[in-house]
Amino acid sequence: MNATPCIPELETTARHIRCKLVEMSHKARTPHLGSSLSCVDILVAAYWRALSINPKNPSDPDRDRFILSKGHAATALYATLAYRSLFPIQQLDTYAEPGSLLAEHPSPGCAPGVEAATGSLGHGLSLGLGMALAGRIQGRSYRVFVLMSDGECNEGSVWEAAMMVPAQNLGNLVTIIDFNKWQATDRSDAVMALSPLRQKWEAFGWSSYEVDGHDMAALVECLTNVPDGTGKPIAIVAHTVKGKGVSFMEDDNNWHYRIPTTEEVVAAGKELGFAR
Amino acid sequence: MRNAFAAEITELAGIDERIVLLSGDIGNRLFNTYKDLFPDRFFNCGVAEANMTGVAAGMALCGLRPITYTIAPFATTRCLEQIRVDVCYHYLPVIIVGVGGGLSYAGLGATHHSCEDIAFLRTLPGMTVVCPGDAVEVRLALRSAMALGSPVYIRLGKKGEPVVHEQPPQFTIGQAIEIRPGGDVCLLSTGNMLPTAVQASEKLAGNGVSARVLSFHTVKPLDEACLHEVFADFKVAVTIEEHSILGGLGGAIAEWSANQPPQKARLLRIGTADRFLHEAGDQEYARYCFDLTPESIAERTLHALRST
Repeated sequence: MNATPCIPELETTARHIRCKLVEMSHKARTPHLGSSLSCVDILVAAYWRALSINPKNPSDPDRDRFILSKGHAATALYATLAYRSLFPIQQLDTYAEPGSLLAEHPSPGCAPGVEAATGSLGHGLSLGLGMALAGRIQGRSYRVFVLMSDGECNEGSVWEAAMMVPAQNLGNLVTIIDFNKWQATDRSDAVMALSPLRQKWEAFGWSSYEVDGHDMAALVECLTNVPDGTGKPIAIVAHTVKGKGVSFMEDDNNWHYRIPTTEEVVAAGKELGFAR
Repeated sequence: MRNAFAAEITELAGIDERIVLLSGDIGNRLFNTYKDLFPDRFFNCGVAEANMTGVAAGMALCGLRPITYTIAPFATTRCLEQIRVDVCYHYLPVIIVGVGGGLSYAGLGATHHSCEDIAFLRTLPGMTVVCPGDAVEVRLALRSAMALGSPVYIRLGKKGEPVVHEQPPQFTIGQAIEIRPGGDVCLLSTGNMLPTAVQASEKLAGNGVSARVLSFHTVKPLDEACLHEVFADFKVAVTIEEHSILGGLGGAIAEWSANQPPQKARLLRIGTADRFLHEAGDQEYARYCFDLTPESIAERTLHALRST
């Protein structure tokens, strides 16, 4: 793939990654497949087009930072990093095996490109704020991207950070909410009055956007417009579908925990364009 | 102690430009000099301790040396999970400073008491727990914690406590400091009870009992070499702390002792009882309620000595 892949190339990469996620969940017998599938397009747009990173030097102090605050989508991050050449794709085969560094939630320094250990929700935005402030103190101009889930927005700590970030005038900090309308056991709007989500971030002082979280061109446009000239931090509410890409998983919350059978892996592969 | 902290952090920040001070909306005027000198490295993080702790971790991940500062229960218990996951799991050089440890702010009520913080923090992997005994130890502890480069909790009292050390002692994290030599019993004090422990030793002397007094400022890691010596040489080892008898210095030493072969000394744990204080009253009154007076400590030590 060339240095600046075009939208169809990104879409193909996203399908490759989705296929891999289904296989990883099946092989390792781990849950959260629906949550991982819903954020693949966001990750691909970010890692291939928005983030300034050098896979050969993943700890460059001037690199852009990306924090997967919704750590339960770890497979999506691992696969993205592997396909983006931060580590060998074969390493994904060790996922969740005893002794593997690739656990069900990312641990500190588990793989090149993993900026922080996550899994307990509501931590990533504060970490990202600390990183953005560190950049300012150290005179570095990197940007920080934090990907959260909608269920994660239940956590009070998210809103502590959401209030402090605009007070610090950090135009280089972006939070993306993978708004797939589900949390572990119910519709996210039924559990907590989350909507109107974009307006909430706007009211908190963020430059806020809504985007189709599966429209690659729209995601690229949104994620590459950082800073956006307002001087404000950026909140992107990405409307997504849990389980995206596999018809029998889409918007079916059983796939928060369900593990695909061998037959389902084959069927999913066919749908994604990879017959086995 | 808090003025000593402010003075020391200001001095250190002038030497090490990685130092960043994060305050949870307290320390009115306390940090004015610091803020004047290093305005870009001070953040009032508001009344939002979980976020403050995560911010500190994010800064540390980028090579800075942040210190979080607020009232002890809010610096620790309120945001325990951020300390556990963001700071300790990543093993980051974040220093958490709790002011008003134990019953320092007794008058503010039990919301502001902090008699469980040592217990919570010392169970976190990678965390060092230091409770300086006076303002002199505060400055030395902060300097040592900064050199350590790993998670540290420093538990302060308030301001104006008696200074025990006339000269700065040799201070090493994990090594107790002898304040008074003695031969019959050994008083192991942590944190702001140090002046009281010294007073208790004087009461004991009046009863013909020679008490060694140690500032056992580091609760984790324990000074095991010192403990081996104390438990071999004395009949009674007394832990003294403004903290619950559950899980603090006394608890830590009891755990340590349980895994040792039979020893000479018996352990007497003196701390706050397993209950909240519901009454008004200042620190002196609260200590009286929890039998943390020099008289009570001396009396209970004598009783333990006589019953061995």
